[in-house]
Amino acid sequence: MQSKASQSQQVKSGAPEEFEIGEHVCPVVSNDWVNDRYKHLVIEAPEGALRVTAGQFFHLLCPSSEMGNPFLRRPMSVYQADRSARRIEFLYKCVGAGTHGMAALKKGDAFNIMGPLGIGFTVNPAWRHIVVLGRGVGLATLAPLAQMAANSGVRVTAILSARKSDYLMSEDVFSAAGADIITVTDEDGTSAVDNVKTILEEQIAQGKADGFFTCGSNRLMLLMKGLGATHHIPGQVALEQQMACGLGMCFCCVRSFAVGEEVIHRRVCCEGPVFDMQEALSW
Amino acid sequence: MVNLSVQVGDVALANPIMPASGTFSPELGAVIDLNRLGALVTKSITRDFRAGNATPRVAETPSGMLNSIGIPSKGIDYFLNDTVPAYRKFTPPLVASISAHSPDAFASLCHDISVRDVDVIEANISCPNLEADGKAFAMHPDLTEMVMRRLRAATAKPLWAKLTPNVGDIAEIAKAAEAGGADALVVANAILGMSIDTETMRPTLGSIMGGLSGPAVKPIAVRMTYQCANAVSIPVIGCGGIASARDVVEFLLAGATAVQVGTITFQHPTAMMTILDELEQYCDARGINHVSDLTGAVKDGELSTDKYEAVR
Repeated sequence: MQSKASQSQQVKSGAPEEFEIGEHVCPVVSNDWVNDRYKHLVIEAPEGALRVTAGQFFHLLCPSSEMGNPFLRRPMSVYQADRSARRIEFLYKCVGAGTHGMAALKKGDAFNIMGPLGIGFTVNPAWRHIVVLGRGVGLATLAPLAQMAANSGVRVTAILSARKSDYLMSEDVFSAAGADIITVTDEDGTSAVDNVKTILEEQIAQGKADGFFTCGSNRLMLLMKGLGATHHIPGQVALEQQMACGLGMCFCCVRSFAVGEEVIHRRVCCEGPVFDMQEALSW
Repeated sequence: MVNLSVQVGDVALANPIMPASGTFSPELGAVIDLNRLGALVTKSITRDFRAGNATPRVAETPSGMLNSIGIPSKGIDYFLNDTVPAYRKFTPPLVASISAHSPDAFASLCHDISVRDVDVIEANISCPNLEADGKAFAMHPDLTEMVMRRLRAATAKPLWAKLTPNVGDIAEIAKAAEAGGADALVVANAILGMSIDTETMRPTLGSIMGGLSGPAVKPIAVRMTYQCANAVSIPVIGCGGIASARDVVEFLLAGATAVQVGTITFQHPTAMMTILDELEQYCDARGINHVSDLTGAVKDGELSTDKYEAVR
């Protein structure tokens, strides 16, 4: 098999513009550590890729590393996309062969991303205030919601949860967009489900919960889903699943959803990754 | 410029490149021009609704992947009313892949799927993910011939048999499919495999075993294509691990008339277009006027130098 680098060069540079989804070979601008586990990758992206909206993702062809040669692409939601600067950013935790390969990317390297893919978040302009609850890697997925809500004139309360304060990412993004921010951590004992429940009930009582959004924790998703059902608050959750094609062809990435009386499968890549929270069964 | 058209029995293809069943759907039209393909091949369908197998359904392997999807299917009505019209927006011949548990069910599905807009029936008698331990009709020559006879009687459409590589003597199965009335053979489906996560000590796939595909399996598929093409007089369509135009040429030289490209599309959704462009360049650079001149052109009878060396 040919090396990944030579395959990337085979991609016809003009082709992606003609199609809704493209393989884009993007130069790396920077790729820095934000703490001891997470890195922040910034790439230069063409117009076709910059069409991405909050909650959508790219399928990334990760370089080889000492942890292996990733054959399949890795799905990753976009942390930030800046059309005027023509840049796309990913915030990622280094865990396996794919993300370790990404971590080795240096300024000027070519990175092959396929997308934009999937159905992202939607913010109803009739809402006044939404509550966003995220933890761990989910904080990166939820970050672009801050600007999306601001653009629709919708206020945001962002409840950001992490093991310790070093891992409380996206705080800057939410505060730059004018969100109210509440942080909870395992370190200071504030991240327990009961405490988060109290915080969410306060938001509901204050009329700040026209919509619920979550990603990154199963127990927080189930908490939000329960409160959403009780108080009739519509919710959206961004889900993950192992993926192969990313386009809806292979049916590898299905998850189960309760729809009416039935439990059905949906493909995370093209019927999600953002789903109705009340239909999702787990994060 | 090379003439890329090929003839698979009665079916004329504009070029020898088509997707492999299960790795393709009209959704790929968002990334490439599907009208450039030699044919369109559907995911296998069953008569009734099937949910498919437990997750995880995919596991990465060195230069490939294991899958156990289990043929999720919305049933024949959805296929005829929704899937076929979605494919008919594109011009290449439509190959409908079908699957069933029994010869009766296979034959009746084959009959009912033989509608005007379907050009070819591909009988998936080889899915490793339907029965326990990957059992399939195409593991036995007698079952292969019997089920192909039933399918042959059920349709007037061109009928292709997709064989399994999970056999000791694939040439014997190829001859049985030909005797049963197949118009062409697809060689071959995925290789039954398994992997285990050494951290969790659990199988990486929800259904324990699955089909191995991707560049890792290519030499096995080339060998089987060679064996089958030498054993039968019907066309062979090579399938297994193709990732480049050179890989296509290898299958053609081994005896294939056309090829199916599958797993590499997951890594590069534009792969089939790149392969087409580079196949044309390969032929033009060598003055090959017709791509079909490559079929079976492996120089396997000219090994005298090696024999001489061996004697010495």
